[in-house]
Amino acid sequence: MISNLRTMALTFLHIFRKRETIQYPEEKIKLHPRWRGRIVLTRDPDMGERCVGCYLCAAACPVDCISLQSAEDENGRRYPEFFRINFSRCIFCGYCEEACPTYAIQLIPDFEMAEYTRQNLVYEKEDLLIDSEGKYPGYNYYKVAGLSAGIKGKGEGDNEEAPVDIHSLLP
Amino acid sequence: MAIIYIDNKPYEVKEGKNLLEACLTLGFNLPYFCWHPAMGSVGACRQCAVKLFKDDNDHTGRLAMSCMESIRDNLHLSIDDPVAKAFRSQVIEWLMTNHPHDCAVCDEGGSCHLQDMTVMTGHTYRRFHYKKRTYTNQYLGPFINHEMNRCIQCYRCVRFYKDYAGGKDLDVFSAHDHVYFGRAKDGILENEFSGNLAEVCPTGVFTDKTLKEHYTRKWDMTMAPSICQHCSLGCNIIAGERYGELRQITSRFNSEVNGYFICDRGRFGYEFVNSINRIQQPVIRARFPEAVNKPELFVHLKNILSGEIIGIGSPRASLESNYALRKLVGKSNFYQGVAKKQVKLMETVLQIINSGHVHIPSIKESEQADVVLILGEDLTNSAPRLALAVRQAVVKTAMDEAKNINLPSWHDSALREYIQEENGELLSLYPVNTKLDEIASHTQYLNPDEIARLGYAIANLLNPEYPAVKNLDDGVAEYAKVLAGILKNAIRPLIISGTGLGNESIIKAAANIAFALKTDSQRASLIYVVPECNSIGLAMMQAGSYQDVLNAGKIHQPETLIILENDLERSWGPSEASSFISSFKNVIVIDHLHHASSQKATVLIPCGTFAEADGTMVNNEGRAQRFFQVFMPANENIRESWRWLDEFKQIKDGRTIEELSEPENENLLGELITEMPQFKGAEMAAPPGDFRIKGQKIPREPHRYSGRTAMLANLNVSEPKPPEDPDTPLSFTMEGYRGIPPSPLIPFFWSPGWNSVQSINKYQVEVGGPLHGGDPGIRLFTGIESSERLILNDVPEAFHANENEWLIIPLPHIFGSEELSIYSSGVKERSPQPYIAIARQDADRLNIREDDVLQLKLNDRVFNLKAKIKEELAKGIAGIPFNIPALYGLNLPAKGILIKEKDE
Ligand code: SF4
Ligand code: SF4
Ligand code: SF4
Ligand code: SF4
Ligand code: FES
Repeated sequence: MISNLRTMALTFLHIFRKRETIQYPEEKIKLHPRWRGRIVLTRDPDMGERCVGCYLCAAACPVDCISLQSAEDENGRRYPEFFRINFSRCIFCGYCEEACPTYAIQLIPDFEMAEYTRQNLVYEKEDLLIDSEGKYPGYNYYKVAGLSAGIKGKGEGDNEEAPVDIHSLLP
Repeated sequence: MAIIYIDNKPYEVKEGKNLLEACLTLGFNLPYFCWHPAMGSVGACRQCAVKLFKDDNDHTGRLAMSCMESIRDNLHLSIDDPVAKAFRSQVIEWLMTNHPHDCAVCDEGGSCHLQDMTVMTGHTYRRFHYKKRTYTNQYLGPFINHEMNRCIQCYRCVRFYKDYAGGKDLDVFSAHDHVYFGRAKDGILENEFSGNLAEVCPTGVFTDKTLKEHYTRKWDMTMAPSICQHCSLGCNIIAGERYGELRQITSRFNSEVNGYFICDRGRFGYEFVNSINRIQQPVIRARFPEAVNKPELFVHLKNILSGEIIGIGSPRASLESNYALRKLVGKSNFYQGVAKKQVKLMETVLQIINSGHVHIPSIKESEQADVVLILGEDLTNSAPRLALAVRQAVVKTAMDEAKNINLPSWHDSALREYIQEENGELLSLYPVNTKLDEIASHTQYLNPDEIARLGYAIANLLNPEYPAVKNLDDGVAEYAKVLAGILKNAIRPLIISGTGLGNESIIKAAANIAFALKTDSQRASLIYVVPECNSIGLAMMQAGSYQDVLNAGKIHQPETLIILENDLERSWGPSEASSFISSFKNVIVIDHLHHASSQKATVLIPCGTFAEADGTMVNNEGRAQRFFQVFMPANENIRESWRWLDEFKQIKDGRTIEELSEPENENLLGELITEMPQFKGAEMAAPPGDFRIKGQKIPREPHRYSGRTAMLANLNVSEPKPPEDPDTPLSFTMEGYRGIPPSPLIPFFWSPGWNSVQSINKYQVEVGGPLHGGDPGIRLFTGIESSERLILNDVPEAFHANENEWLIIPLPHIFGSEELSIYSSGVKERSPQPYIAIARQDADRLNIREDDVLQLKLNDRVFNLKAKIKEELAKGIAGIPFNIPALYGLNLPAKGILIKEKDE
């Protein structure tokens, strides 16, 4: 009995607290940058596509809603030929972002994705790719990878020596 | 057997192995790089370190490389010792100081032995803050991609390429921490087994370039156990699909057949499956619209099928498909889709094999031979994997000597050091030089009839009961004595011959030698190379050649012809084949690719390739092997030939389309065996369709398979029901039994912590040995000896060169001579331009220089070919590349006329 009364009293006291409910959609909620919402594909500082088509996000996805095909341009740079996310399946767990070695795939603070037909929740690369570096500016995978893919030559990377001269026997 | 103590626990292990092999066989996860089960140890990578103790009381111990230690009784070692563990993880850390940050763009990723070993040893963060060494890459041709930064200097590549496969153009260059694995100059890797580098190299330095064109990770592929379709050896392969396209072929370990390796034709010849030249829809010609669907097709066929039909089977179609056709048309109307000559050759081959007086060795057994005699086959080009086995046989014989000085058989570098250039006996008889000549102890370039005569002479010398050869050239007679002497002293002689030169006498001579070598206790080994992947299977059905159809003495010729997976023009020549085809009113062609004969069809029906069909094939040693459908094509018209044919039979029997029942390939096999008991055993090549483990099917997809709910979402957001497979114990999904399946059903190799092909270790009874439950495939030749002695007597007359007429012989090419692999762009690139090889003597007589254009008149056809002068070729003989697209359907060997174009 006492417990019941105490509960009622506490509930009643909430009337004088600051209100959490907001008048959405008139009023917009403020989301933090690390909020896990709509997924985007970002670009590197040179505005090239960041995604290298490594399939790690697809493998990490617990509901298997990412599907892509990697392709290579004339310089040997990898990019996704198509990149599809079926948002009607996505659970916004963020595993893909965590798996991505290039910071390409990112979850952003946007959840307003409702559609009348489910088919419209299937996003292709054109729908996913944005013209920004997203949360991780400055990172360019091809500068740190050993591969030469039109971004830098062999041995010109951030932490690389010039290519070995295999004709030299000097120590 | 010896007892060793690993971390104080006793284990019984086999002697003669090294410690690493023993530990892996016992199931321990001990990392390694440079050791390879087929290539032995060199102790180069220092990754397999363990602690060894002197005895029970020694607690300090010493670090040792387990791959370089022999098993001794009462040996104490520790894998878990902290020092050993730290050492192993440090070795990886050192390797990683220079390893590029490439996994995301590295084709090895997900099946990378280096990744696996790094995780296994526990190295995680790079503490080395200095710069990484880099290398430039090389262009290595259409098959192999090079990314040298990723190298960890394990030396496996050169050991495979040079020591194992006999390649010349891959080597290690430079010194100290700059060693470089590549070619002296950019250029195509010449060896026929270069593709294995992608599996042998534990990193992403050498990768499959054709996979790169449509790159897919191993975990994303739908895979099935399959059989190579590109020669008669029937190497076991794993075929992988993604998005409805066949993407990769890798070797599927079978210790009896191909072991760890396959040839480049088998690995890269798969692109025909994805070809734009595929037949996509049933077509009824000469009406509008030509393309039809299944009901329309059946309505059209109803009348046609009710009459008498001639059926032509195929040496590249499965037993099931051939049998379904035979069932439809009736035994007497079923013909082999090969030329008369070929049927005769195959009859002879089967007669010899079935006599039971010879032993038909598997490829693995071939590796054990101490003397190899090759009669009239260019193995590297006609049965590549067997050529690789012959190379091992030759080296092994020399290595056997090393037993005397107590060198263990796994100690590769020491053994090679010991034998130097020493080789065992390889005796090779062929009209022109072959790649194996370089390791042959005796080579003789003879015309085909002379090869046969020499063969007969050898048999006669070994045992005078076998026919003698008259008027033998003195030189040849002398030579026969030498070879007979070598064969006589052999302990495990192996005779290899085949249909390659189209010469029946050679086949018989080879048999006589093997018969003559037979002792009371032992049968000599004899193996024949035959033309196609299922040539033996088709020949075992014992039908006539389709060239006999017209002489079959029918009162009225049937109006309908069904051609199964076959281009008749390839075996008979364009004009003959097309006049034969056009003598029928209705011509039904069932095939997967458009070709010359399919153009003449009145009804064209698409069927599945090996990747879209289940079936059984019989290889050259009589091993029945099952291949499984890899994926369900989106196009529902693409179905197994046997499925179509079985329905045709039902239609013929009067059922309507609605009444058609689903055929089962097992029923077909069952009926086949009842009707033709020579196939007994083929049904056991793989477990039946209702086989389950713990009630579950075996998944074709790895458990990490991705994109299930997105890959088809662009078409429809609701996922379709996954395709079902009623015919086999495999499922097209990732759900099912995750343990080790029976060996014929292994769709891919994977084990926890072992994502790369190195996981094969876990599927073997002992490392490098057979798969659990025995290797796949059932030998159909029982080897029961018939009581009567077989003495073949068909000694040809000596060949006399004719001034104006040449004997044109076929010269096979690994890239180019095979019908399907030529659709791969890389194979096409490597196939030869049309040429004619002529003898130096003939060239001098006619004043022909290299590359002069010669006109060849053959079977009423005329070709202009560039001359290639061969010093070794006998006069009066000329060779042209066998069955390349520009020169097909010539029915070789044949007589031809050569005319030199007038000098301008
Ligand atoms: S993990 Fe990143 S780089 Fe790799 S495929 Fe996904 S988005 Fe692209
Ligand atoms: S070789 Fe293996 S570890 Fe090295 S980059 Fe490639 S996948 Fe990664
Ligand atoms: S290229 Fe590959 S196989 Fe050759 S040494 Fe380097 S890592 Fe080993
Ligand atoms: S040797 Fe023959 S069966 Fe084996 S992979 Fe090569 S072509 Fe295929
Ligand atoms: S595997 Fe033993 S040293 Fe390389």
